[in-house]
Amino acid sequence: MTSWFFGDAGVALLVLAIGASTIFARKTFDAAIAFVVYGLLLAIAWVRLSAIDVALTEAAIGGGMTGTLLLGAVARLRSAEPDDTRLGLPIQLATGFCCALVAACLAAALLLLPETIPTLAPAVMENLADTGLGNPVAGVLFSYRALDTLLEKVVLLLALLGVWSLAPNNAWNGIPRLRLYDRPNSTLTFLAQLLPPVGVVVGIYMCWVGANEPGGAFQGGTVLAAMWLLVIIARLERAPSIGQLWLRVGLVVGPAVFLAVGLAGLVLANGFLAYPPGHAKAFIVTVEFALTISIAAVLAMLAAGPPQQVQQE
Amino acid sequence: MSGANLFGMCGPALVGLGLYGLITDPEPLRKILAFNLLGSGVFLIFGVIARRAAAAGVPSDPVPQAMVITAIVVAFAATALAVALVLRLLEQTGRATLSTDVPVREKPDP
Repeated sequence: MTSWFFGDAGVALLVLAIGASTIFARKTFDAAIAFVVYGLLLAIAWVRLSAIDVALTEAAIGGGMTGTLLLGAVARLRSAEPDDTRLGLPIQLATGFCCALVAACLAAALLLLPETIPTLAPAVMENLADTGLGNPVAGVLFSYRALDTLLEKVVLLLALLGVWSLAPNNAWNGIPRLRLYDRPNSTLTFLAQLLPPVGVVVGIYMCWVGANEPGGAFQGGTVLAAMWLLVIIARLERAPSIGQLWLRVGLVVGPAVFLAVGLAGLVLANGFLAYPPGHAKAFIVTVEFALTISIAAVLAMLAAGPPQQVQQE
Repeated sequence: MSGANLFGMCGPALVGLGLYGLITDPEPLRKILAFNLLGSGVFLIFGVIARRAAAAGVPSDPVPQAMVITAIVVAFAATALAVALVLRLLEQTGRATLSTDVPVREKPDP
């Protein structure tokens, strides 16, 4: 047990140190790199908290996708004039004191929690057999709290609409302004040829296995999105113009199938987003596959940013 | 002190760090980064509570876990929108600052 304790203490210290360096690093580029490392370390912390599904999501989205987004933005912001307005030392110290106070209060609240905390775990496990799933987290996401998951997909689409609507008027239906890698035949080109076949298999496997083991549509979709971005950045494939019909269909197919299954629940079962008894797993896996496609498309387009050039045909 | 408690102390510290960065750093992109740090601290606190609420043979309460997964995805979506707004600000004004007392650079007349 003690060796685990020291391992945990090491991870906790590293998370704190790297987290602090994202705040205190002088250059924003360094801070963005630190944030990617921080995401991966946090994933280890989640594994140690026995939340493997969260660990996969944190590593893929929290570290990888957010990192890609931030690094792209840092590169673009290099042309901006630096902002030299710094707060005075007294204000900084006062702010630091207040923030430390907030942290201390939160820590005290956590330490003073009662020994037995109300939990929904028994209720989840009791009814899990009815859903046909083996992974309780997937059960919560797609059965008990399916409405949350459906609305979350709508939030993703709304965010993408927001990003696209920031494009200048003449760039509508253009190509997202992703920074491309200039050197052909480099290591990146090689990796972009080598990794996607493996990544696509891993992504689909994660989606499939998510019903019974840690994994699922989010994690699988993120891996697929990363593979797509890799191929685009290495210039092996062009980014699609945002007006393409197949792209638009891909973006909405997940929420649309989810909504259709939810409405079918009104007829086949006893309510919106209810599954007919005995066939729950088939419906859930169908929804998960459709969602994986949409998540991959939305995440890749969010990371790619608003369209820039007008397509010339 | 158990491993869960260790990470339990990590969460509040991250919230404090994120809050400090959010307030003191003038650059919008650094503020977005700090906000993400703050958020991940909150998620970690939630995860520690989920770990302590383990019951019925599962090592960690699955309901908070599912909520954190949803939260991470939504946080990414919000971050993407915020980054797009900052880049648009740069395109429009040539600066990426939230400060109101710096004069906006006028575009030269052609």
